Amino acid sequence: MRRFTLIAVPYFWLLVLFLVPFIIVFKISLSDTALAIPPYTPTLDLNSGWEGIKGFFADLDWENFTFLTTDDLYWKAYLSSLQIAAISTLFTLLIGYPIAYAMAQSADEWRPTLMMLIILPFWTSFLIRVYSWMGILSNEGFLNQFLMWTGLISEPLVILNTNTAVYIGIVYTYLPFMILPIYAALEKLDASLLEAAEDLGCSRLTAFWLVTIPLSKQGIIAGCFLVFIPALGEFVIPSLLGGSKTLMIGKVLWEEFFSNRDWPVASAVAVILLLILIIPIVLFQRNEQKQREAEGQ
Amino acid sequence: MAETAFAPWNDESATPLIQFKNVTKRYGDFVAIDNLTQDIYAEEFFALLGPSGCGKTTMMRMLGGFETVTEGQILIAGQDMNNVPPNKRAVNMMFQSYALFPHLTISENIAFGLKREGKPKPEIDARVDEMLRLTRLEKFAKRKPHQISGGQRQRVALARSLAKAPKLLLLDEPLGALDKKLRQDTQFELMDIQEKTGTTFVIVTHDQEEAMTVASRVAVMDEGQIIQVATPADIYERPNSVYVADFIGDVNIINGHATRAGDGYDVTYAEGTAPLHAKTSNDLGNSAKCALAIRPEKVSITAQKPSKAANTVKGKIIDIAYLGNLSTYHVELANGQMMKAQAANTRRLERRAFTWEDSVWLSWTDTAAIVLEA
Repeated sequence: MRRFTLIAVPYFWLLVLFLVPFIIVFKISLSDTALAIPPYTPTLDLNSGWEGIKGFFADLDWENFTFLTTDDLYWKAYLSSLQIAAISTLFTLLIGYPIAYAMAQSADEWRPTLMMLIILPFWTSFLIRVYSWMGILSNEGFLNQFLMWTGLISEPLVILNTNTAVYIGIVYTYLPFMILPIYAALEKLDASLLEAAEDLGCSRLTAFWLVTIPLSKQGIIAGCFLVFIPALGEFVIPSLLGGSKTLMIGKVLWEEFFSNRDWPVASAVAVILLLILIIPIVLFQRNEQKQREAEGQ
Repeated sequence: MAETAFAPWNDESATPLIQFKNVTKRYGDFVAIDNLTQDIYAEEFFALLGPSGCGKTTMMRMLGGFETVTEGQILIAGQDMNNVPPNKRAVNMMFQSYALFPHLTISENIAFGLKREGKPKPEIDARVDEMLRLTRLEKFAKRKPHQISGGQRQRVALARSLAKAPKLLLLDEPLGALDKKLRQDTQFELMDIQEKTGTTFVIVTHDQEEAMTVASRVAVMDEGQIIQVATPADIYERPNSVYVADFIGDVNIINGHATRAGDGYDVTYAEGTAPLHAKTSNDLGNSAKCALAIRPEKVSITAQKPSKAANTVKGKIIDIAYLGNLSTYHVELANGQMMKAQAANTRRLERRAFTWEDSVWLSWTDTAAIVLEA
């Protein structure tokens, strides 16, 4: 019984905060848009009894999903989101790995400080941090002013409202999610393994490639998923830093909801996005599972 | 016994494989190795023995190339090693933690060094199989390190470090993680493998029994210096200092004043007692402070004063340590000096001749004790 209660708590949590909202969204995605409050139809009217319920289900259909396939905006937005998320994940990895490596190599007494520096940005609102990038990247921003002052450029670089700004924003925002799992993996790495590799004929570089990289693989995979999954549905960064040409599904979703007030189509977009996200989430879970098994000696 | 004993260190013409020449290693102000000179010969099983922090691991890591020499020179096969990185040395090391690669299988671990040499695959496979056979690990070739036991891991580490057929194998506390029984078995296995492969082994250990069992020569170290280098028997029977006598095995140390007498010394250790006599070739001068070192098993314990013994002292049994096959008697002499005497338990325990508070005589021959500078 106690066991049941223990398991019931997280299940209840998931049920209330995940499954029920999902069912609501899913139901809206099967509805039709209407000029009403809420802005869709049908709504379930329990007062008319069984006939009412039958009528309610009869009015639900898949036409919003069909609509998503007819307008190329949507699948282009999905593809472009995947691309942006994948490229930013790659850059985050390229920048995050050396930082994590340097942290793991640093003296013990410095590690908590470095860790603090990585986490510190979280103390400021995400929105404010993205806004401040607008101040840095705009034509009259700090970056351009600095570059022009050094004489490297004579005309300001157009970065804000381009995909470049979106990449910068995503890499900046999600960098800690990449660094922390990689750092955790590298920190556990036994230094004598590298000595053993050198002892057996590896140069420093081959030892890094043959020992350090494979042994931090789990951290790399975890970090990539932790960046890729939220980046895919990212809305704030593309809408603040991206331009009109930046196509991301999070932005499309927002526009459907709030500009078009087409809740059913927006819900359909959300449902598809969730389905796309389930694949990497399942893969991520498997990776975690594998890691636990590998460690459970 | 026509076989001549293996003792290249006594052979003037033998060239050492390893030469430490006035090697000093400093970490900031701390001197880890202090102006150390030592030769180690090919096919030796050389043990570095000492308490933690004595510099034995530093010495080994300098041989492996993991630490640089502050001053002096280390030569391996006549070649100066000072600027040679670990991967360019014909030296392999077996790490204390074994340092097996957790992401590779046992056979991949053993093949690791061979693959770096770029040898053809069939050759590598043959060598790996040979190593697996040598260490009796054939069954575990496809497992990962975390799927085998500690003793098996230790053998993988040994196989991996031997796979490249190094001139010199360094073993850093190789048996530290094993329980006593397994450790003893493995010690013999190590000696066996060392003999079969003809590799020079340098082993670091803090376990004197282990050093005595496996080594052809033992170097006892303290504070960055080698105090004595000798065969296990010589280290035990003829220690050159109180430190070595005390570090290796159990010993009674009696401090006193030595006066030359005949072919040895008379040692007065307390007023009103007859001096103790010990034959020795050590020269302390005519009169000096000294320490007598006597192993407990060389002291016999009797109820009556033995008539013919060279040295006899009277005392009272304070404590008895029963070890099964042996008992160690802690005896207090008249001047308060404690002495240990060991006797085999040839009789059943309940018929033991002595018990607590008994007055007994301890005796030993004039060759049993060693006179050392105090």
